[in-house]
Amino acid sequence: MDVLWESAEPITVRQVSLRLTERDLAHTTVMTVLDRLAKKGFARRERDGRAWRYRAAESREAYVTELMLTALDQTGDRQAALARFARSVTDSEASALRRALDALGEGTGS
Amino acid sequence: MATQVIVLAAIAAACIPAASALASARWPQRSPAIAILLWQALGLGWGLAAVGALAGIGVAGTSNGSTGSENGVAGAVASAAAGLAGRLAGGRHWHAAGGPLEGVRLAALAAGLLLFGLLCWILVAASAGVLRARRRQRALLTLLAHGDPKVPGALVVDHPAAAAYCVPGLRSAIVVSAGTLALLDQAELAAVLAHERAHIRARHDLVLLPFTALLRAFRWSAVARAAHSAVALLVEMLADDRARRRLPARELATALLRVGAAGGGHAPSGALAATGDGEVAARVARLLRPVPRLPLPAVVAIVAGAIAVAGVPAAVLAFSF
Repeated sequence: MDVLWESAEPITVRQVSLRLTERDLAHTTVMTVLDRLAKKGFARRERDGRAWRYRAAESREAYVTELMLTALDQTGDRQAALARFARSVTDSEASALRRALDALGEGTGS
Repeated sequence: MATQVIVLAAIAAACIPAASALASARWPQRSPAIAILLWQALGLGWGLAAVGALAGIGVAGTSNGSTGSENGVAGAVASAAAGLAGRLAGGRHWHAAGGPLEGVRLAALAAGLLLFGLLCWILVAASAGVLRARRRQRALLTLLAHGDPKVPGALVVDHPAAAAYCVPGLRSAIVVSAGTLALLDQAELAAVLAHERAHIRARHDLVLLPFTALLRAFRWSAVARAAHSAVALLVEMLADDRARRRLPARELATALLRVGAAGGGHAPSGALAATGDGEVAARVARLLRPVPRLPLPAVVAIVAGAIAVAGVPAAVLAFSF
């Protein structure tokens, strides 16, 4: 997937294999992985002669943003899918927490 | 029959103010596990009593209640439902056939069946939604996340915002953002991981699921909202307690303060005003100044109350029809 993200244009399975030189992967392995990515919707592919050309469906940043939006519960859809460590708080509460943290730091600052 | 219906209706009605009282009570944070048990009992008792009372009114209207006593609840409801279907098919003969009282009874039966169906449906729908969201999370994490020696066993996502969470389930994962890694020191990170591991191990997500489902179905209801946020907070306190057993409470408290304060800058306050007002502050206060656990007699009394709240409607349903 990193190879697809780094590539500016759609690339073939062979090109992906060539760019994964540090890992000695069989051509069929790369093909299978790309096929699976396409089925899951993470990659798009188009015919180019006898080969498929693959590209990333969305940028890496878009996926990170999606992940973090769900994690910070800003999607407006409150679901029990995840358990967050600390809930997002309002600005006024955040400043109250910062004050509490400062007070705590002073209390045992020695 | 009439007595049982009145008992069930009274229990269903009493569950609502009881839930409101429990939501604003102070003692639950002293023994979160006991309080969660009581919440579950209240939810189950309310569902059983409300469905049972409505169905009971409907059943009382058909066959003088005699078929019911032979076939049990299911038979009684089925025969009454057949009556209801017949009436509906009869269309305009509705009033002529049974009079207004009969109409009320059948409407109560329909409402009971509808409520039962709704309660089952929301649980299934909520579970499906949760599973779908988790599958998406896992797929994205496989593509994006990487390990880091600072947080063994957890996945790191490169994003500056402070976030730490877990994806519960059979293939669980703990996720920490790069922002959190930069924000917390080693001891605080260990406390966060211990907290999240407690969630995963105790399957706290399954505890919360029915209350999330209830909230989705009754979004307008203040009681449903209060119940959901109360149980969500109690589950967090349980995980805090578990983490505190092995690690100092202070690191967990400062980690909470740091993550909570950092998250505030990004949160649109309107969208989140309803969730967790003062939750982080309450958890921090509890970590720094531990409250004594409830004494044994109080625990026994609450557990007995919980058993009664869920058990009485169940017993009435099982034995009376």
